[in-house]
Amino acid sequence: MNRRAVSAIARKDLKVVLQNKGVVLPILIAPLVLFGALPWMAALAPNLANVGGMNVNELRELLAHMPEGLRTEMALYTPDQQPIVFFLVYMLAPLFLILPVMTSSVMAADSFAGERERRTLETLLYTPTTDRELFVGKLLAPWLAAMVVSAVGFVLYVVMANAAAGRVMGSLFFPTLMWVVLVVWVAPAAAGFGLATMVLVSVRAQGFQDAYQVGSIVVLPLLLLLFGQISGVMYFSIGAVLLLGLGLWVTDVVLIWAGSRVFRRGRLIARS
Amino acid sequence: MSAAIITHNLTRRFGDKIAVDGLTLEVRVGEVFGFLGHNGAGKTTTVRLLNGVLEPHAGKAYVLGLDPLADGPALRARTGVLTESAALDARLSGRENLLVYADLFGVPQRQSDSRVSELLDFFGLSDSADLKVAAYSTGMRQRLALARTLLHDPELLFLDEPTAGLDPLAARQTHRLIAALARQKGRTVFLCTHNLVEAQRLCDRVGVMERGRLVAVGTPTELAARYVQQVQVEIEIAAEHIEAAIELLSHASGLLTARPQPSADQAPGGPLGALSLRVTGREAIPDMLALLTRHGVRVYRLTPHEPSLEDVYFALHAGAAEPSQQEHTR
Ligand SMILES: Nc1ncnc2c1ncn2[C@@H]1O[C@H](COP(=O)(O)OP(=O)(O)O)[C@@H](O)[C@H]1O
Ligand SMILES: [Mg+2]
Repeated sequence: MNRRAVSAIARKDLKVVLQNKGVVLPILIAPLVLFGALPWMAALAPNLANVGGMNVNELRELLAHMPEGLRTEMALYTPDQQPIVFFLVYMLAPLFLILPVMTSSVMAADSFAGERERRTLETLLYTPTTDRELFVGKLLAPWLAAMVVSAVGFVLYVVMANAAAGRVMGSLFFPTLMWVVLVVWVAPAAAGFGLATMVLVSVRAQGFQDAYQVGSIVVLPLLLLLFGQISGVMYFSIGAVLLLGLGLWVTDVVLIWAGSRVFRRGRLIARS
Repeated sequence: MSAAIITHNLTRRFGDKIAVDGLTLEVRVGEVFGFLGHNGAGKTTTVRLLNGVLEPHAGKAYVLGLDPLADGPALRARTGVLTESAALDARLSGRENLLVYADLFGVPQRQSDSRVSELLDFFGLSDSADLKVAAYSTGMRQRLALARTLLHDPELLFLDEPTAGLDPLAARQTHRLIAALARQKGRTVFLCTHNLVEAQRLCDRVGVMERGRLVAVGTPTELAARYVQQVQVEIEIAAEHIEAAIELLSHASGLLTARPQPSADQAPGGPLGALSLRVTGREAIPDMLALLTRHGVRVYRLTPHEPSLEDVYFALHAGAAEPSQQEHTR
């Protein structure tokens, strides 16, 4: 593996992709809205008694239907604290994964489908890089960007959650161990998932816009997790999060293997 | 070793369409080889096959002694390809574009900056080196793309329609550069073009492609001798003899057409006239000359025109495209 070539491709893609507003805006706005603003709304929710369409009584009812593990954990908190913990620790956990998934998939839409559209791929193919070096270089940029966005989003969330809920919680309650696992183990795998899906979508897409639209389906599994939790089917326990990460990593391996079979000079050229 | 490229029966299909059909070819080290053909003849596909970015369905190729399929990376480190559309990253500056490729082509790291500056300078792009390529004109892009092709000083250059879409001035600069690379630096050039004037001017040898098949190979002169039977001949005679000469020649074997031409020249005996003849071949010329002389028509000048590649090209394609018309001219 020629590291210099791999890093040249990754750096080039970062430079090029970050000049597309269609890529940068969602990457900037999502963390700000999700993790800058939501904690305040959630923390203020019980006081206002009705934010997000749910009042305290309804929340009690909802909790009653939750898996036993979650009820046990919630029992450690006072009634005042419970809604806050429920929203900030559990409900926002699946939403956090939007950051790595969206960042990596939007960037890959531009660096894979967009590059084909701009016709700058062919000259790359005429360089001495191997198919694998090219592929790794192109995977690296969106994945690293997703890691940075996740890290920044997480730090922002830690600050915001504690600031918004600190008075009620009485101490620094966030992050919990589950969240550390989520950020360290699941987020990188989620980034790989968004990325690999987009690589496969890009093969058939006409261009950036096309790939971006089709590729938005990658957030669907996250919504499933969200609804799964709201309906009490499952909740983000440490065990569930470890398992989710494992499932994603395995999926990543399969999808990236499939992507590497498509990302071959001969095939790329024949499709151009 | 004197062959830069050897192919044997190289074949590539797309669906049921044959893009390159049994190509057997040899390109010598140091020559400028013109690869001629209409759009869709299979030129670009051949370049792709020869650089190992596309797999053939049959046949073999050796380029710089390497098999493009098995030794792609090693081969591409020694070839430079100017693709048909000067595919540059419009969102990067000219310098950034080159620096990326300096890394990819393994230009020694300590020399990258100076090599890039040198090429930007050579191609007259120093002043716009740090502008985004989006702001470049077509000519500037083409020069930048050429600079990128030369970064690693390749032994074998593939230029795919390098002057298509360029204004005449930029095209001439490109021609000079190609000639300089070939003559001064001894680089082998594989030049795909459908510009026959360009091929005539630059190429040592040419191959003519038609629907994926190589229909002729040789120097422009050889091809002309082989495929262009008709010869254009200009003669100058006394103006008063023009009518008589046309009448005489109409009985000569080998004459196709004879047309009077304006001529302002003067001979000692009076004003001169000119005739433009088309004859079936060079061997018809001596007899015609003898015929005229025998009947007292004095010939002051006789110039057979060397057939150009253009004549070759049309002679070759006349057979395929317009059989009835060729029948007619015989
Ligand atoms: N990727 C491809 N998919 C399908 N057909 C192709 C592809 N590339 C080339 N062809 C077909 O192969 C033939 C030769 O094309 P090409 O090599 O580009 O010709 P040229 O460069 O001489 O214009 C054309 O008929 C073209 O339509
Ligand atoms: Mg072509």
